[in-house]
Amino acid sequence: MIASAALVIFSRNPVHSVLWLILAFFNAAGLMVLVGAEFIAMLLVIVYVGAVAVLFLFVVMMLDIDFAELRAGFMNNLPLGLLLAIILICELVLGLGAMRAGSVQLGTDIANATPTTVPNIEAMGQLLYSKYLFLFEAAGLILVVSMVGAIVLTNRRRGGTRPQRISDQVKRRPEDATRNESPEVGKGVSL
Amino acid sequence: MTENDLFYTRPELILSFSGLLLLLLAAWRPNWGRQICYISIAPLIAASYYAWVIMTNDAFEFGGGAFFGQYRADGFSSFSKLLIYLASAITLLIAPRFLEKKGVMKAEFPVLILFAAVGMGIMVSAVDLLSLYIGLELNSLAAYVLASFARNDVKSSEAGLKYFILGALASGILLFGISLVYGFTGSTSFLTINSALSGELSMGATFGIVFMLAGMAFKISAAPFHMWTPDVYEGAPTPITAFFASAPKVAATALLVRIVGEAFTNQIDAWQQIIIIVALMSIVVGALGAIGQKSLKRLLAYSSINNIGFILIGLAAASQIGVAALLVYLAIYVAMTLGGFICLMQFEDKDGNMRDNIDDIAGLSKHRPVLAAVFMIFMFSLAGIPPMFGFWGKLQVFQAAVAADLLPLAVIGIAASVIGAFYYLKVIKVMYFDERADVVADSNSNTLVWVGGILALFVSPLGYLTISILGKWSEVAGAFLFVNGG
Repeated sequence: MIASAALVIFSRNPVHSVLWLILAFFNAAGLMVLVGAEFIAMLLVIVYVGAVAVLFLFVVMMLDIDFAELRAGFMNNLPLGLLLAIILICELVLGLGAMRAGSVQLGTDIANATPTTVPNIEAMGQLLYSKYLFLFEAAGLILVVSMVGAIVLTNRRRGGTRPQRISDQVKRRPEDATRNESPEVGKGVSL
Repeated sequence: MTENDLFYTRPELILSFSGLLLLLLAAWRPNWGRQICYISIAPLIAASYYAWVIMTNDAFEFGGGAFFGQYRADGFSSFSKLLIYLASAITLLIAPRFLEKKGVMKAEFPVLILFAAVGMGIMVSAVDLLSLYIGLELNSLAAYVLASFARNDVKSSEAGLKYFILGALASGILLFGISLVYGFTGSTSFLTINSALSGELSMGATFGIVFMLAGMAFKISAAPFHMWTPDVYEGAPTPITAFFASAPKVAATALLVRIVGEAFTNQIDAWQQIIIIVALMSIVVGALGAIGQKSLKRLLAYSSINNIGFILIGLAAASQIGVAALLVYLAIYVAMTLGGFICLMQFEDKDGNMRDNIDDIAGLSKHRPVLAAVFMIFMFSLAGIPPMFGFWGKLQVFQAAVAADLLPLAVIGIAASVIGAFYYLKVIKVMYFDERADVVADSNSNTLVWVGGILALFVSPLGYLTISILGKWSEVAGAFLFVNGG
């Protein structure tokens, strides 16, 4: 996973970078399976690989970005990046140190862990459709609202297009479309 | 899931089912915007009926929890729901004419209002951090869409985008607070959080409380989290602005009261000073910010910030009397602010364009005396000048603050309300004593006149007749909070 993460940064071709990123996600999912969190593993594959990474891939392929030019600024920003990295590492060390020393007390009233006999996807499903049913349904309503909102705000009738109206086509009778003509010789048919 | 669960959540069930049905109707009859608006008032009335039953029937004296303690129907939630449904119904009554004239009437408009009402119902009934957030998001998402409903209007799109970005940020802050509170108490249920927070407050939980309060302060547009309010209120179509200023405010305020009055009652010291400062800042910012405004819509936006400050004074008292006073104020505030916007919608010139510049209503009393008088009633009432009913709300919250030994807060509040009175009086002066501008035309809508007139009667001195009812039910509602301590 670390190797593929490094290759995301170092590969020359941006499309390859995204492919390495997908591999990194798969490796992370594998780690999650190993620690017994198969639900999170599935989420990683479905959400990150299935949606986010594919979106990235599209963006990278659609936009014509000159990565060599972007990379040229890398050395200028290096000090800032290093500084940020050092600050983050310091915070991590301090946080972990405080936790070890016992000065951070998390809540004591933690819900019981699921028994190991039930796979955690199943356990989650049982909770979702029983205890959290109300919230689950309300979350569904949120999705409906967001869908309605997106359609209301973007859907409009555009002029100048020729959409196919199937009902009109089916309703059309032979009498409307054809007529009998007996043209005189040399006159032709008026359209 | 038991019978009780379905019984207590009946208002939400009615609203969401009818919302979905009307959505189908809207899909097949896209031109029935106006009709669907009027139809969807019916489920709001039905939902109000069930909220009324919960509030008034002695069988539900202690309220009832549903769905494993994630939802609670009691006097407090029902009182707030009645206000919310009323404000939504009034919006549905006054909106069609305006939206049709702007050419943005769509059949989805009433559906979005209904779903927003569902979200607000869940908010005021939430006794769990999860249902709190779900309700809030349901309401906010519908509100973002509503703000940019006039799609071809640049200002409306801007309002929607601004509201969305800042609202998403506020939701993020709120969620951060929620996760901290959950991490340090180990529960999402308000009652369990409250018992876990007894004793000394840990650093993380303090941060959680502060972040949650900041997120909620954004939703009720209290200073210093008010910056979005004037822009969004100005940009959104006027009936939708009226909706924003009434129903979601009630819901978010009730939710804030529920959080501090149920989840944090053991830690009053931790949040009381925050509420006091936010209240004072809102009053001052609302009063000072409005002075330079030319647009009446922005002026009413600042006035709503100002009023939220007074409402929070009731909360700062941290007592059942304070909550009752706050609810009375909210009820009067909803009527005042809706009425103010209804008057604003009638300021139209001969071509039917809305004029919301203060100079346009100069000398209004000479050619539209009734409209000017009604607008004057709302302005006096918003300022809290004694004969009007708005005074009663202010009196109540100040009494609660004094009873809770917060005399300095009450004194500063009263002083600031005098500053605030300046710009309300300025509007009245422009209407009554300035040269006639003759911009506002005679064209009129009966709906606006009737709804505005009834609201004006309520906030006029006649409103004092409702004190016994309002006082009784707000006391019943207030008794559900600050049960231990306070």
